[in-house]
Parts: sequence; structure tokens; C-alpha cells
Amino acid sequence: MLSRTADSLYWLARYVERADFLARILDAAMRMASLPAGDGADGAEWDSAIAISDQREAFVAAYGAADEQSVRRFLAFDHANPSSIRSCLSNARNNARAVRTALTSEVWEAVNDAWNQFNLMDEKGMDMQAFARFIEWTKAAARSFDGAVHRTQLRNDGYAFLRLGAAIERADNTARILDVKYHMLLPASEPVGGGLDYFQWSTILREVSAHTAYRWVYRESIKPWLVADLLILNRQMPRSLASCSADITGQLDQLGQAYGRRGAAQRAATATLGRLTSLRIEQIFQSGLHEFVTAFIDENARLSNVIAEQYLM
Amino acid sequence: MTAAFDEMFGAEGQVDGAPRSAYAALDKWMKASPPEFFDARRRQAELFFRRIGITFAVYGEAESHERLIPFDIVPRIISGKEWRRLEQGLIQRAAVLNAFLQDVYGPGECVKAGIIPAGLVYGNSQYRVEMTRIRPPHDIYVHILGADLVRVGEDQFYVLEDNARTPSGVSYMLENREVMMRLFPELFARHRVAPVETYTDSLLATLRSVAPEGSSKDATAVVLTPGPYNSAFYEHSFLADKMGVELVEGSDLFVQDARVFMRTTEGPRRVDVIYRRVDDDFLDPLTFKPDSALGVPGLMAAYEAGAVTVVNAVGAGVADDKAVYTYMPDLVRFYTGKEAILPNVPTWRCRETDALAYVLDHLPELVVKEVNGSGGYGMLVGPTATRSEIEVFAHKLKTDPEGFIAQPTLALSTCPTFTEKGLQPRHVDLRPFVLTGSDQVRVTPGGLTRVALTEGSLVVNSSQGGGTKDTWVLDD
Repeated sequence: MLSRTADSLYWLARYVERADFLARILDAAMRMASLPAGDGADGAEWDSAIAISDQREAFVAAYGAADEQSVRRFLAFDHANPSSIRSCLSNARNNARAVRTALTSEVWEAVNDAWNQFNLMDEKGMDMQAFARFIEWTKAAARSFDGAVHRTQLRNDGYAFLRLGAAIERADNTARILDVKYHMLLPASEPVGGGLDYFQWSTILREVSAHTAYRWVYRESIKPWLVADLLILNRQMPRSLASCSADITGQLDQLGQAYGRRGAAQRAATATLGRLTSLRIEQIFQSGLHEFVTAFIDENARLSNVIAEQYLM
Repeated sequence: MTAAFDEMFGAEGQVDGAPRSAYAALDKWMKASPPEFFDARRRQAELFFRRIGITFAVYGEAESHERLIPFDIVPRIISGKEWRRLEQGLIQRAAVLNAFLQDVYGPGECVKAGIIPAGLVYGNSQYRVEMTRIRPPHDIYVHILGADLVRVGEDQFYVLEDNARTPSGVSYMLENREVMMRLFPELFARHRVAPVETYTDSLLATLRSVAPEGSSKDATAVVLTPGPYNSAFYEHSFLADKMGVELVEGSDLFVQDARVFMRTTEGPRRVDVIYRRVDDDFLDPLTFKPDSALGVPGLMAAYEAGAVTVVNAVGAGVADDKAVYTYMPDLVRFYTGKEAILPNVPTWRCRETDALAYVLDHLPELVVKEVNGSGGYGMLVGPTATRSEIEVFAHKLKTDPEGFIAQPTLALSTCPTFTEKGLQPRHVDLRPFVLTGSDQVRVTPGGLTRVALTEGSLVVNSSQGGGTKDTWVLDD
């Protein structure tokens, strides 16, 4: 397969995954903002959404202070923000168009329809309800893409590059939530467990669709260290760092087998997975949750570069 | 202008008259089917095309960036006997164009013999001096020829234009047939229509046959596109897909040690044949336009070393220049000793003083074309032009007579076509495709029929509101 084709497939999946993620952080921020004043609705949720999106500098330069309107605009609709939902859907569509023959018509239509429907939306006339519907629509568009890929794409190297892009992006996204909210998950010396903390932890779970999953897995009330365990090490949880890492490793193994050659990407992915498999959450807390997450984000970015060097250029 | 010859009803044709024999079964079937049936099928056809995704970007229309070319469901039918003559004419035409280019970049006999003026050849904007040093593998220059034919009477076909660079439209020929077979299976059961679906296999066989000496039997061919923003991108990806070869952009290829490779997920892979849909000027920034990002640096060096075949050859544009076209009957005689089977449309070369004077006097009845124009742009259709358009053209002609040719306004044949006013005659042309390989010449029976949808219009170009029809060659 042409390296450019593989590159487009990889980025197509990354952009769709990112659009879904942005919808989730906007959803979580809206929930936080709906808390009665004094219970935490101090505007910090909008700051936090910007921080998670990793676009703080660009945001401050363009908008100054973060509030509902500015954050909605910036993360969902802004042309100038290369990581807004608009930019993600547009980039996904451009990548899909460039490799149209490598996609089934179902996958192409999922991406193309998403972009066409996005363009029919009226940002200005969106009240809170309409915006909530838009958030749901974005998540549904991503699911429609995933479903089309799952149901129709040939399981060849192209499929592996789609899955790789999605998994790398997803790992990065989960790690970013942890990076911004890690302090809420630390075993605190001061009394925790107040209404606000609880709401914030459950918001983190909501951001990754894991509220129910948590109960299934731990059968306990929400404990911050267990939230961290679920999002980092639990292989049953499809957005955990360990799950993403297993997915990445599996796809790279497939490629290595299909091409009859393993390289730096396979070695790096296997090493990360090995570490995540043998670690326990207590060890992560001991050596520092923040340090762990920061190191993971860098490692994941390096892995993306290694994949690019080995296959995409 | 006299009444046009109608493909279905002949010279004296009327919609309710007796059809020509090739159309008899179609006519009977159409009369037996209720109008609602056709309305439904037309809507269905549009849906098919939207779904398949055939779109055509029209320059200058930012909004309708991806527009459908209108498709008409009434087929244009050519009898087997008519086709056999056209086929012979097309094969002769392709052979002469190739002989001409070999001569132009070689000994230059046609110029020495005074058949064609030296300036027109060596001063031509499409002439590529680099090609005097390069012999394309198997001495073939025009591997893919799209000749535009028009008909004015029962036995009168003319060649209106040769497209010897990168003729487009073949994807419509194939998709039109696909859609027709889905819409009207019963019609195909009543006719023996020669298949066109073999085109992409023929194209791949042709490309492989012209690979450089020493390439493997399964030579690697690629389609080189300028990218998704090109108006014909759909066709590029369609052809690559149907042939099962890679669709590459310039940045996917690189040249090392005068050999061409593509970048793949499994490392560099050698490329033997490039079917390029990129103009000469953009092929290699080291030789042509230095700022071109569409091409491949060093490609011409690999070409010169005989390590890659470029289809069609660089510099083939000299042969489809509209001024050179006017010499084709003489060139046919010169290279084959025979008369052209398919004649040219009588043409005035505005570069000649007498011709220019005649053209200027008769502008309202002539069609004037830019020598280097294409796609129906930069053209004057006298009978439908306004007085001021004619004045503008008269001025252009006086300032740059060498840049123009003029032809009589031909009564192009018509074919019944669905319009808002019901079934009406509309003017059509025909672009068949001729593939010249090192092993054989392959002509796909049929081609692309383009139809001018506006009443009375003679401009069939899709960029100017033309549509297409399926073209049937009967196996009778």
C-alpha cells in the first residue's frame, strides 16, 4: 500500500476519534456548569475543557477568558482552531476523499454525511438544548464511522492503519483527561468525598462513557484511585491506556506479519504494553500519577512518530 | 444551416417517422413504454450516479464544487457496419499521429518534405526539445487517443479534434453503460450490444505492453494524478481502482539512480509505467516548471535512461494542436500513401492571409477556436454569438491570427433526448478511445457520446452544460 494512503487512513481515524473526544469534554463541561452556584459552578469547568484539549495558548490569544460561549465556539465550530470539531470533521473528510478507493462506500458515506450534515447546522441559533443535541450528534457520527469500519472494511493493512490511528488518538485523549484532572484522583490527606468531589469524579467517568462500567468492574462507590485504575490499567475498559496499548500492539503485530518484517514501531509498542501489564495502580501513585501520565503522553507521541517513519512516509 | 441528420430517424427524420434500422427495436420498445416509466427511470439514474459518486468539478464554480454531469437515458446506437469503418479510420489516425511524433522528434521528414511548416512544429508551445534526446520505449507516443468525431450525414463522419495528451471521459463511458444495464436489463436482452467493460483490462494490458525492455511480465504501472482537487480526479481514481494499480501523486514517487520508485508501507517499490494525468509542464520540476509540486524531480532523467515509460509520451501535445490538425489529411497521405478514412472538418488556418480575410468576413457563420484551447473554452460559435462577442473575436484574430482556426458551423447530428419539453433532438458528438500497445491496437467499441442539452446548442462540453449518453455498437 502507498505510504500516503496509509497516512490518510491513519489520520482519518485519528480525526474522527478526536471529534468524538471533543464532544465528550464539552458534554462534561456542560454538566459541571449545570451544578448550582457554590457547588462548583465557578467557570473552572470551561477552563478545564480548554486545558484538556491542549489548546490553551491559541484559545487565550483568540478569546481571552473561558466561558460557555467562547469554549463552545472554540472547541466545536472555530475554523481557526485546527482541533475543533469542525476542523476534525473537515480533515477526516479530506483524508477520506484522498483515499476513497481504499474505503468501502459505507465508510466513505459515514464521513461524507457527517461533514455535509455539520455544514447544515446553525451555530448561532443553538440554544443549550440544541447544543446538547449537537454533542450527541457528533458522538453518533463517530459511532457510525466506527461501525462502518467494523462491519465493512476488508481486514487488510488499510484496516490496521485505521485502527492504529484511532487507538493512538484515544490513548492520547484518555491521558489528557488524567493529566488535567490527576489532582482530583490523588489519595488526599484532607477529607474528601464531599458532593463536589463526587460530582467531579463521576464527570471524569462520564467523559469516557465509563460510569456504568465502573460499577460493573469494582462494585463500589466511586473511589478516586479506582477511577485511575480503570482509566489506566484495566484491560476491560476500551478507553484505558492499557486497552489502547493492546490494540496498538495487536495492529502492529498484524502489519509485521503481513509485511514479514518487524521494526522500531513493534518494539516500542510491545515495551509500553509490557509495562502497563505488569504495573499496579499503587506503584503508579507511589512514583507520581502526574509524572506517569506526562511520561505516557510523550511516549505515545513518540510511538506515533515511529509508526510514521516506518510506514507513513 | 440545414436540418441536422438525426441518429434515430435519419436525414428526413421526425420524431414520429420510421427509425433507422439500428434503432428499430429501441423505437418499438420506447413507444410501448408509458411516459411515467421513463420519468421514474430518469430519477433512478440520477440516484445511481449520485451514489456512485461521479462528479465533475467545474472551474470557476466554487459552490457546485462536485456537480453531476447530466446523463440522458436514450442510448446512441451505431450499427456494426458503421463501427467497422470508424474503427479502421481510428486505427489509421492513431498510427499516423504516432508516426508524426516519431518523425517530429526524429528525422523531421515531414518538415523537410514541406508537408507542414517548420515553425508550426518546432515553434509549437507543445513541442518539447528534450524529446529529441529521448526515445520512448517501443517508439510509441500516443498510447491513448481520444478522437472527437462528429456526424453530418448517413455516411459522413468527420474528425473534429484529436486528443493526444490526456484524453478524459472514459470513466463516463463505463459508468453510463453500468447504469444503463441496471436500469434497462430488458433492452440489453433485445439488442446485441458490444461490451465496453473490457476497456480497463485493455488499458492495463496496453500499459504493461509498453513497459521498458527488461521489465518483468507483470510490470508495475501506476496512475499519476495531480490530486483530489483536479476536476478529473474521479476518473483517475476510477481507472486506478478498476485496473488494480496504485493511484499516485508526485510526492508518492521518487527517482534514485535514474529509476522511479513509489513509497509504500513495505518500502520503495520500482515503477515501470506511469499513466500520467498531469501535463508535461508539471511532470518534473528539474526539467519543466521549477515550482511544480505535482511532479517528480528527476523523472525526465529516468525517462531518458529508458527506465520508465510515460503514457502518453512527453511532447505528444504537438500532435493534437488545432493548427497541426489542419495538416492531418496531408500527413496521412505522407506516412501511409493513402487517403484518410476519416476526413477532417474543412478548416481555415487563420495564419494564412487569404484564410484570415475570409474568416473575418464570415464570422457570424463560422466556429472559431483557439489553437491551444480545450474544453470548449475560448471558442466563438458565430451563429449564436452576439454582435459584441463577434467584435471581440475579430480583434483577437487580427492581433494573433496564428492562435486561431475556423470551421464552418456543422449541422452536428442529433439524437432524441429527454428534455423539459419531452423527447427532443439534441446535437451529439462521439469520443472513441484508441489504445496503442507494443503488441496490438485496441479500440473499445463505442466511446463517450456527449450531448448539447440546450436547444440548438452545438457545444457538448461538460464544462458548458453538456451531458452524456450511453453509446452502443451493435454486434450485428
